[in-house]
Amino acid sequence: MTHEHARLRVKTWLFAVVVVFSNVFGNYFLKRGMPPALVTPLEYITVLFHPWVELGVLMLIVWMLSRMALLSWADLSYVLPVTAVGYVLVALVGKVLLNEQITVKRWAGIGLIVAGVALVSGGSAPQTAHPRPEAAGPGQ
Amino acid sequence: MRWLLIGIIVAATTAGEVLQAAGMRRHGEIRDFRPGAIRRAFAVLARNRFVIAAVAAMAVSFFAYLGLLTVAELSFAVPATAVTYVFETLLAKYVLKEHVNWLRWVGAALVVCGVVLVSL
Repeated sequence: MTHEHARLRVKTWLFAVVVVFSNVFGNYFLKRGMPPALVTPLEYITVLFHPWVELGVLMLIVWMLSRMALLSWADLSYVLPVTAVGYVLVALVGKVLLNEQITVKRWAGIGLIVAGVALVSGGSAPQTAHPRPEAAGPGQ
Repeated sequence: MRWLLIGIIVAATTAGEVLQAAGMRRHGEIRDFRPGAIRRAFAVLARNRFVIAAVAAMAVSFFAYLGLLTVAELSFAVPATAVTYVFETLLAKYVLKEHVNWLRWVGAALVVCGVVLVSL
Protein backbone atom coordinates (compact mmCIF):
# COMPACT_ATOMS: atom_id res chain seq x y z
CA MET A 1 0.00 0.00 0.00
CA THR A 2 2.77 2.46 0.87
CA HIS A 3 4.67 1.36 -2.24
CA GLU A 4 1.52 1.95 -4.28
CA HIS A 5 1.22 5.36 -2.62
CA ALA A 6 4.79 6.33 -3.51
CA ARG A 7 4.37 5.13 -7.08
CA LEU A 8 1.21 7.22 -7.59
CA ARG A 9 2.81 10.27 -6.00
CA VAL A 10 5.88 10.20 -8.28
CA LYS A 11 3.73 9.59 -11.36
CA THR A 12 1.39 12.41 -10.32
CA TRP A 13 4.23 14.90 -9.85
CA LEU A 14 5.81 13.96 -13.16
CA PHE A 15 2.56 14.53 -15.04
CA ALA A 16 1.72 17.69 -13.08
CA VAL A 17 5.03 19.22 -14.25
CA VAL A 18 4.27 18.38 -17.90
CA VAL A 19 0.70 19.73 -17.53
CA VAL A 20 1.91 23.01 -16.02
CA PHE A 21 4.75 23.72 -18.45
CA SER A 22 2.84 22.79 -21.62
CA ASN A 23 0.03 25.11 -20.48
CA VAL A 24 2.31 28.04 -19.63
CA PHE A 25 4.26 27.90 -22.88
CA GLY A 26 1.13 27.15 -24.91
CA ASN A 27 -0.39 30.37 -23.58
CA TYR A 28 2.79 32.34 -24.17
CA PHE A 29 3.12 31.21 -27.80
CA LEU A 30 -0.58 31.95 -28.44
CA LYS A 31 -0.33 35.47 -27.09
CA ARG A 32 2.86 36.02 -29.06
CA GLY A 33 1.21 35.04 -32.32
CA MET A 34 -2.11 36.86 -31.80
CA PRO A 35 -2.79 39.83 -34.11
CA PRO A 36 -4.18 43.04 -32.54
CA ALA A 37 -7.77 42.01 -33.41
CA LEU A 38 -9.83 39.13 -34.73
CA VAL A 39 -12.93 40.42 -36.52
CA THR A 40 -14.43 37.94 -38.97
CA PRO A 41 -15.01 34.23 -38.18
CA LEU A 42 -12.57 33.39 -40.97
CA GLU A 43 -9.81 35.24 -39.14
CA TYR A 44 -10.28 32.89 -36.17
CA ILE A 45 -9.45 30.00 -38.50
CA THR A 46 -6.61 31.55 -40.50
CA VAL A 47 -4.85 32.71 -37.34
CA LEU A 48 -4.36 29.01 -36.51
CA PHE A 49 -1.81 28.80 -39.32
CA HIS A 50 0.40 31.50 -37.89
CA PRO A 51 3.63 29.74 -36.77
CA TRP A 52 3.54 31.01 -33.15
CA VAL A 53 -0.14 30.18 -32.80
CA GLU A 54 0.52 26.74 -34.29
CA LEU A 55 3.26 26.09 -31.74
CA GLY A 56 0.91 27.29 -29.01
CA VAL A 57 -1.83 24.96 -30.20
CA LEU A 58 0.67 22.08 -30.28
CA MET A 59 1.67 22.79 -26.68
CA LEU A 60 -2.00 22.93 -25.68
CA ILE A 61 -2.56 19.52 -27.30
CA VAL A 62 0.30 18.15 -25.15
CA TRP A 63 -1.37 19.90 -22.19
CA MET A 64 -4.74 18.32 -22.86
CA LEU A 65 -3.36 14.79 -23.33
CA SER A 66 -1.12 14.89 -20.27
CA ARG A 67 -4.01 16.31 -18.25
CA MET A 68 -6.30 13.51 -19.42
CA ALA A 69 -3.72 10.93 -18.38
CA LEU A 70 -3.32 12.64 -14.99
CA LEU A 71 -7.10 12.69 -14.47
CA SER A 72 -7.30 8.96 -15.19
CA TRP A 73 -5.97 8.39 -11.68
CA ALA A 74 -5.92 11.72 -9.82
CA ASP A 75 -8.98 13.58 -8.49
CA LEU A 76 -10.16 16.74 -10.27
CA SER A 77 -10.27 18.52 -6.90
CA TYR A 78 -6.56 17.67 -6.49
CA VAL A 79 -5.44 18.39 -10.06
CA LEU A 80 -7.13 21.82 -10.18
CA PRO A 81 -5.28 23.54 -7.32
CA VAL A 82 -1.98 21.78 -7.93
CA THR A 83 -1.77 22.78 -11.58
CA ALA A 84 -2.71 26.35 -10.56
CA VAL A 85 1.00 27.00 -10.08
CA GLY A 86 0.81 27.60 -13.84
CA TYR A 87 -0.91 30.96 -13.13
CA VAL A 88 2.20 32.11 -11.34
CA LEU A 89 4.44 31.02 -14.19
CA VAL A 90 2.14 32.68 -16.76
CA ALA A 91 2.39 35.97 -14.87
CA LEU A 92 6.18 35.68 -14.73
CA VAL A 93 6.39 34.79 -18.42
CA GLY A 94 4.12 37.76 -19.20
CA LYS A 95 6.46 40.02 -17.27
CA VAL A 96 9.78 38.69 -18.53
CA LEU A 97 9.02 37.83 -22.15
CA LEU A 98 6.08 40.10 -23.03
CA ASN A 99 6.95 43.09 -20.82
CA GLU A 100 3.55 43.11 -19.15
CA GLN A 101 3.24 44.93 -15.83
CA ILE A 102 2.90 42.99 -12.58
CA THR A 103 1.36 45.27 -9.96
CA VAL A 104 1.58 44.83 -6.18
CA LYS A 105 -1.97 43.40 -6.23
CA ARG A 106 -0.95 40.82 -8.80
CA TRP A 107 2.08 39.81 -6.74
CA ALA A 108 -0.19 39.38 -3.69
CA GLY A 109 -2.55 37.23 -5.77
CA ILE A 110 0.37 35.15 -6.96
CA GLY A 111 1.38 34.59 -3.33
CA LEU A 112 -2.11 33.33 -2.41
CA ILE A 113 -2.17 30.97 -5.38
CA VAL A 114 1.20 29.52 -4.38
CA ALA A 115 -0.07 29.04 -0.81
CA GLY A 116 -3.17 27.22 -2.09
CA VAL A 117 -1.08 24.96 -4.32
CA ALA A 118 1.33 24.13 -1.48
CA LEU A 119 -1.56 23.30 0.86
CA VAL A 120 -3.28 20.88 -1.51
CA SER A 121 -0.19 19.22 -2.97
CA GLY A 122 1.53 18.78 0.39
CA GLY A 123 -1.52 17.86 2.41
CA SER A 124 -3.49 15.21 0.57
CA ALA A 125 -3.11 12.10 -1.52
CA PRO A 126 -3.95 12.67 -5.17
CA GLN A 127 -6.69 10.04 -5.27
CA THR A 128 -9.91 9.49 -3.40
CA ALA A 129 -9.83 5.88 -2.25
CA HIS A 130 -13.01 4.69 -3.87
CA PRO A 131 -12.91 1.01 -4.63
CA ARG A 132 -16.64 1.29 -5.30
CA PRO A 133 -18.55 4.56 -5.81
CA GLU A 134 -21.04 3.76 -3.03
CA ALA A 135 -18.24 3.10 -0.51
CA ALA A 136 -17.71 6.84 0.02
CA GLY A 137 -18.24 6.79 3.77
CA PRO A 138 -16.64 8.95 6.42
CA GLY A 139 -12.88 8.75 6.88
CA GLN A 140 -9.68 10.32 5.63
CA MET B 1 -16.84 42.41 -24.64
CA ARG B 2 -14.11 40.91 -22.50
CA TRP B 3 -16.60 39.97 -19.75
CA LEU B 4 -18.92 38.26 -22.24
CA LEU B 5 -15.98 36.23 -23.53
CA ILE B 6 -14.94 35.37 -19.98
CA GLY B 7 -18.51 34.16 -19.26
CA ILE B 8 -18.43 31.86 -22.29
CA ILE B 9 -14.96 30.61 -21.37
CA VAL B 10 -15.93 29.88 -17.76
CA ALA B 11 -19.10 27.96 -18.68
CA ALA B 12 -17.44 25.93 -21.43
CA THR B 13 -14.28 25.21 -19.42
CA THR B 14 -16.20 24.05 -16.35
CA ALA B 15 -18.37 21.71 -18.42
CA GLY B 16 -15.40 20.46 -20.43
CA GLU B 17 -13.09 19.73 -17.51
CA VAL B 18 -15.70 18.00 -15.37
CA LEU B 19 -16.74 15.86 -18.35
CA GLN B 20 -13.08 15.10 -19.03
CA ALA B 21 -12.50 14.02 -15.43
CA ALA B 22 -15.68 11.90 -15.50
CA GLY B 23 -14.64 10.24 -18.75
CA MET B 24 -11.09 9.52 -17.59
CA ARG B 25 -12.30 8.21 -14.26
CA ARG B 26 -14.56 5.76 -16.10
CA HIS B 27 -11.62 4.71 -18.27
CA GLY B 28 -9.43 4.01 -15.25
CA GLU B 29 -5.77 4.66 -14.52
CA ILE B 30 -3.47 4.73 -17.54
CA ARG B 31 -0.51 2.55 -16.53
CA ASP B 32 1.06 1.49 -19.81
CA PHE B 33 2.85 4.24 -21.76
CA ARG B 34 4.24 2.16 -24.61
CA PRO B 35 3.15 3.47 -28.05
CA GLY B 36 0.91 0.49 -28.79
CA ALA B 37 -0.90 0.76 -25.49
CA ILE B 38 -1.34 4.53 -25.92
CA ARG B 39 -2.83 3.95 -29.37
CA ARG B 40 -5.27 1.44 -27.88
CA ALA B 41 -6.18 3.87 -25.10
CA PHE B 42 -6.85 6.54 -27.76
CA ALA B 43 -9.14 4.19 -29.65
CA VAL B 44 -11.11 3.47 -26.49
CA LEU B 45 -11.26 7.14 -25.40
CA ALA B 46 -12.38 8.29 -28.86
CA ARG B 47 -15.60 6.33 -28.25
CA ASN B 48 -16.02 7.61 -24.69
CA ARG B 49 -19.08 9.89 -24.74
CA PHE B 50 -17.81 11.99 -21.85
CA VAL B 51 -14.48 12.57 -23.55
CA ILE B 52 -16.14 13.53 -26.85
CA ALA B 53 -18.42 16.04 -25.10
CA ALA B 54 -15.42 17.37 -23.15
CA VAL B 55 -13.44 18.00 -26.34
CA ALA B 56 -16.40 19.85 -27.89
CA ALA B 57 -16.81 22.08 -24.82
CA MET B 58 -13.09 22.77 -24.70
CA ALA B 59 -13.07 23.75 -28.37
CA VAL B 60 -15.74 26.40 -27.63
CA SER B 61 -13.67 27.59 -24.69
CA PHE B 62 -10.52 27.71 -26.83
CA PHE B 63 -11.97 29.93 -29.56
CA ALA B 64 -13.53 32.28 -27.02
CA TYR B 65 -10.11 32.40 -25.36
CA LEU B 66 -8.44 33.33 -28.66
CA GLY B 67 -10.92 36.21 -28.90
CA LEU B 68 -10.15 37.29 -25.35
CA LEU B 69 -6.40 37.31 -25.99
CA THR B 70 -6.83 39.91 -28.72
CA VAL B 71 -8.52 42.37 -26.32
CA ALA B 72 -6.77 41.59 -23.02
CA GLU B 73 -3.31 41.13 -21.54
CA LEU B 74 -2.16 37.58 -20.91
CA SER B 75 -1.67 38.30 -17.21
CA PHE B 76 -5.34 39.42 -17.08
CA ALA B 77 -6.83 36.81 -19.42
CA VAL B 78 -5.56 33.66 -17.76
CA PRO B 79 -6.30 34.54 -14.13
CA ALA B 80 -9.71 36.07 -14.85
CA THR B 81 -10.97 32.75 -16.16
CA ALA B 82 -10.08 30.97 -12.91
CA VAL B 83 -13.53 31.33 -11.32
CA THR B 84 -13.94 27.89 -12.85
CA TYR B 85 -12.18 26.61 -9.71
CA VAL B 86 -15.22 27.29 -7.55
CA PHE B 87 -17.64 25.58 -9.92
CA GLU B 88 -15.34 22.68 -10.69
CA THR B 89 -14.53 21.91 -7.04
CA LEU B 90 -18.25 21.93 -6.23
CA LEU B 91 -18.99 19.65 -9.18
CA ALA B 92 -16.06 17.41 -8.19
CA LYS B 93 -17.73 16.86 -4.85
CA TYR B 94 -21.38 16.56 -5.89
CA VAL B 95 -21.16 15.11 -9.39
CA LEU B 96 -17.85 13.21 -9.43
CA LYS B 97 -18.31 12.18 -5.76
CA GLU B 98 -14.73 12.98 -4.85
CA HIS B 99 -13.79 13.26 -1.20
CA VAL B 100 -12.93 16.97 -1.05
CA ASN B 101 -11.21 17.36 2.34
CA TRP B 102 -10.78 20.71 4.09
CA LEU B 103 -7.26 21.16 2.70
CA ARG B 104 -8.63 21.04 -0.82
CA TRP B 105 -11.42 23.52 0.00
CA VAL B 106 -8.97 25.94 1.59
CA GLY B 107 -6.52 25.44 -1.26
CA ALA B 108 -9.18 26.10 -3.90
CA ALA B 109 -10.39 29.17 -1.94
CA LEU B 110 -6.85 30.57 -1.74
CA VAL B 111 -6.39 30.04 -5.46
CA VAL B 112 -9.65 31.86 -6.21
CA CYS B 113 -8.73 34.80 -3.94
CA GLY B 114 -5.33 34.95 -5.58
CA VAL B 115 -6.87 34.93 -9.00
CA VAL B 116 -9.28 37.74 -8.09
CA LEU B 117 -6.39 39.86 -6.81
CA VAL B 118 -4.35 39.19 -9.93
CA SER B 119 -7.19 40.30 -12.22
CA LEU B 120 -8.22 43.44 -10.27
